[in-house]
Amino acid sequence: MDNIAGRKSGLSWAVNLSVLALVVLWLIPTLGLLVSSVRDRDQIAATGWWMTPVPVEMTFRVRVAAPDEQQETDAGFVVEGNVLEEPSRAHWFEGGRGAVTAFGTRSVDPTEFAPGDSAELRGGGTLTVAADGSFRMVSDEGFGRPVNVLFQARVPPRITTENYDTVLTADGMDRAFMNTLTVAIPATVIPILIAAFAAYALAWMDFVGRGVLIAAVVGLLVVPLQLALVPLLNLHNQIGIGQSFMGIWLAHTGFGMPLAIYILRNYMVGLPRDIIESARVDGATDFQIFTRIILPLSFPALAAFAIFQFLWVWNDLLVAKVFLPSGSASQVMTVLIADDLIGSRGGDWGILAAAAFVSIAVPLLVFFTLQRYLVRGLLAGSVK
Amino acid sequence: MTPLLQGMVTILVGVTACVAYFWLSNWVLDRVIFPARGPNAGRNINRANLVRPWLFLFPAIFVLGLYLAYPVVGSFVRSLFDRSGTEFIGLGNYIDLFNSSGFRVALRNNILWLLVVPAAATAFGLLAAQLTDRLSWGNIAKSMIFMPMAISFVGASLIWRFVYANNFDIGLINAVRGVFGAERAIDVLQIPFWNNFFIMFIMIWIQTGFAMVILSAALRNIPEETIEAAIMDGAGPFRLFFSVKVPQIMGTIVVVWTTITFLVLKVFDIVYTVTGGNFGTHILPSYMMNFMFRDDGRATAVAFVIMLLVLPVMVWNIRQARRELR
Repeated sequence: MDNIAGRKSGLSWAVNLSVLALVVLWLIPTLGLLVSSVRDRDQIAATGWWMTPVPVEMTFRVRVAAPDEQQETDAGFVVEGNVLEEPSRAHWFEGGRGAVTAFGTRSVDPTEFAPGDSAELRGGGTLTVAADGSFRMVSDEGFGRPVNVLFQARVPPRITTENYDTVLTADGMDRAFMNTLTVAIPATVIPILIAAFAAYALAWMDFVGRGVLIAAVVGLLVVPLQLALVPLLNLHNQIGIGQSFMGIWLAHTGFGMPLAIYILRNYMVGLPRDIIESARVDGATDFQIFTRIILPLSFPALAAFAIFQFLWVWNDLLVAKVFLPSGSASQVMTVLIADDLIGSRGGDWGILAAAAFVSIAVPLLVFFTLQRYLVRGLLAGSVK
Repeated sequence: MTPLLQGMVTILVGVTACVAYFWLSNWVLDRVIFPARGPNAGRNINRANLVRPWLFLFPAIFVLGLYLAYPVVGSFVRSLFDRSGTEFIGLGNYIDLFNSSGFRVALRNNILWLLVVPAAATAFGLLAAQLTDRLSWGNIAKSMIFMPMAISFVGASLIWRFVYANNFDIGLINAVRGVFGAERAIDVLQIPFWNNFFIMFIMIWIQTGFAMVILSAALRNIPEETIEAAIMDGAGPFRLFFSVKVPQIMGTIVVVWTTITFLVLKVFDIVYTVTGGNFGTHILPSYMMNFMFRDDGRATAVAFVIMLLVLPVMVWNIRQARRELR
């Protein structure tokens, strides 16, 4: 209706552009994480992730084991070879890609000479490295000990899953992933049934105190979680649950309950009265009405809450830190990342990115496949 | 038993127990206590219907009471005792807190968060909702802006650590500064006071999608006639937005605002992951975790201060809900 009466909005261009800018701004950080997680760790240190498609200039060091390889010729003792083919570096330059852009003999200045130049070696003799990596060292007296050759090469971008391999094996993300799953599934399933019965009673049964109970649920909806930590942990310790999976399932069941009741009640209240009344007239009990009519009809709201609760539990850090023991046997991913990896792998950006992506992959999948229900649930919760 | 198997068994036991409880309790009520036959059939049915709601509600009330209502009282009582929990010290913990500079900084930051984050997220959300409203690719755009909602606070913090990194080749902010000729990389998370805003932006980034989804639904619900009439009267797009649309969705804007406010008071993950509370960035929830497992008295005192901050909005919320009921 903005363009009523032939007034095509002149702002159309501006709108398209600003939305584009907003979307890009919102996506770039996540994109950076994803790209970084599949880059080689040396390349991450060398250039920004936005330069991923561009070859990277990297500095390498090779030790040329001179005494064994030198051959005596007319020109003196000669060592020949190719710096790009040295075994520990070769994976960078597969299929003859890559080119030497500079070389040197001292680590303080690895780019002292251009390819093809002749460099004086400190121990006597000269060194030449060509752009294709082949080198030639010549000395009259022969080489007594290995020579360090430093070179800078243009390296093709390298996409790898090494970071993921590392976090999943060495850093224990695999175990943490299973632990997160173990926490999330029961903590999602169990509250639903309890809440559904309560929501039905609050929506369709008449009794004294209903209004007070609904108000109480609304109030409890916003009780800060922080209040519950100390008293409940003490309670769990007293009754012998302690810090355990059982404890965290119970805790999440409790903390998710107000939202579950709230969402489900709001939805159930909106179901057509006729169906329920005619079922009553036909002699159905409340229990039958609930299981046969209300539950199947409330599927969208049940799904919405299930998604909420699943995302919330999966992403939770606070409850897991307090109600689960801190050893790696039961650590969930958020705790592992926040407490261990950031400390021990703080500067290892590729590892951190891979770990973060492992932890957000499932929520993103849930989000993009079930977005419809999520949006519906949000709207049921807050828009009348 | 592996934890995952234990989880499956728990689901099975839990669900079976729930179903069994509801079915059995209803059965007992209808067949044993108040059978719907015999001389008192009618009276019994009425009585059964008086009791039944409480059967339906009992497990939920029990859980709510134990896990949310009891802790409010339990935390308050605990906060009146010293570290060991044996000696009653009245408001001693609170007095100590208000005398410590760390707590005052956390409180100040928290108030900043409360002022800035809900306002900014709602504003961005409203902007995004209005702009994407009639765009052909609006739904895709919305989906992208909404996406951070699915990401954990820890994940989001890591994502933004990359952006804020003190390094020209990792941190986007420094990279942009580098393009404009900056010589040295800076650590934006160590700039006193302003670092708080960089951390807040992470939360705003997450919550904008939430605000957008709800406000966009509200915008669609505005009666077309009001908009048509305004256009007929010659209102421009800005006038239309601020004088016609926004007033009509004010109720929803307030709901979004308060919802984000509550969230801001709970979230300790971001501060904890990004700076660990260093460089003067603590907020109350993260400050509380300093004492968790060490000094329960202090920890509960901080938690209760958070509760006091929530209280006014909570009361307002309950009143709102009661008004809707009538």
